[in-house]
Amino acid sequence: MASENLTSTAYIKHHLQNLTFGLRSDGSWGLAHGAQEAREMGFWAIHLDTMFWSIFLGSMFLWLFHKAAMRATSDTPSGLLNFVEWVVEFIDDNVRGSFSGKNPLVAPLALTLFVWILLQNTMDLVPVDWIPQIAHLFGIEYMKVVPTTDPNATFGMSFAVFGLMLYYSLKIKGPLGFAAELTMQPFEAKNPFLKILFMPVNLFLEGIGLLSKPVSLSLRLFGNLFAGEMIFILIALLFSGGIVLGLLGGVLQWAWAVFHILIVLLQAFIFMVLTVVYLDMAHHEH
Amino acid sequence: MNINLTLFGQSFAFFVFVWFCMKFIWPPIMNALEQRKKTIADGLAAAERGKREQELGEQRATEVIKVAKGKAAEVIASAEKRGAEIVDQSKTDAKVEGERIITAARAEIEQEAQRAREALRTEVAALAAAGAEQILGREIDSTVHAQMLDELATQL
Repeated sequence: MASENLTSTAYIKHHLQNLTFGLRSDGSWGLAHGAQEAREMGFWAIHLDTMFWSIFLGSMFLWLFHKAAMRATSDTPSGLLNFVEWVVEFIDDNVRGSFSGKNPLVAPLALTLFVWILLQNTMDLVPVDWIPQIAHLFGIEYMKVVPTTDPNATFGMSFAVFGLMLYYSLKIKGPLGFAAELTMQPFEAKNPFLKILFMPVNLFLEGIGLLSKPVSLSLRLFGNLFAGEMIFILIALLFSGGIVLGLLGGVLQWAWAVFHILIVLLQAFIFMVLTVVYLDMAHHEH
Repeated sequence: MNINLTLFGQSFAFFVFVWFCMKFIWPPIMNALEQRKKTIADGLAAAERGKREQELGEQRATEVIKVAKGKAAEVIASAEKRGAEIVDQSKTDAKVEGERIITAARAEIEQEAQRAREALRTEVAALAAAGAEQILGREIDSTVHAQMLDELATQL
């Protein structure tokens, strides 16, 4: 709930500010107080809240699944193992469906991406003020709990995927094969002169296609989650507007949360599937 | 919403998570799934085999029962035949024996009757002589009338 001394704009801005640790303009390291200072830190800063929540959620996922994996037997599975197996089989089916090559990395990668992103997205369903208010009690000024509403997190993942795409393209097709893929299509010619003429055009088109993959991958996730978070924040503003608006806000928040479950799940799934498809393309020789 | 070191932090965390997942989570779970699939397939195959074996066993049992029934019928038939033979044999034996006994009895009866008749005859002759003697008083001489008395005795 917005404190009385905060305007709506300040409330929203406060909610969109990460807890940033970095090099202050005066040369010392420390937490940024306010958006301005955080911006001035430039690249040499780190979002502690994003890192904490993403690593915490990722560790939760690994801990839970590892616990199940330790108990994995071919006998009747227990409840947890059953659930984990269900998720694993779901991912395995998807990977088998869209990844034709042989690479032991892809399926675990898809599982990690899907569950991790799903957990990070799910933080969006926690009422927007709960965790920041608790953090406030401990003297922490800013707390953004949904890592996937931080472009750093989504770009971090999509660039990692992009790195893997480049690595496997070079490894499977060879540098020459990869270069040929980038320069010899979509415009093809038998004439060597025309071939050379087409090269820059092809490189331009294919380059855009290649670069747009990680960018669209991360912006899609970021955009959906950021918009969802924004709507939750706007709905939360209603709580400070008296009992009628407050009740309306409650209803709206519930309705949006229900709808948001779909987005949370769908975006995690899309990110996972597209990653598998991109990696599959990297493994295909033309 | 500044792009900063968080980007690399996130990528690094991501790779560590993927590595951990690939090393410690995916293989044991997939192994368990494979193993369970195999166990189930084996179980189904064993059940199928058992069913086929049971069918074969039933078939064999039916055959054995059929053969046994045939044998039993044979034994019963031969036993019945033998029984009939024995009955016939004893019937004829009994008949012969009976006839023999009857014949012997008849002969004995005949003999006995003959003897009785003899005895009766002498007795009657004596009785008749005594009666006549009483009627006639001492007038009848047994030696004189012996021939007559003998004749009388033979007529009886």
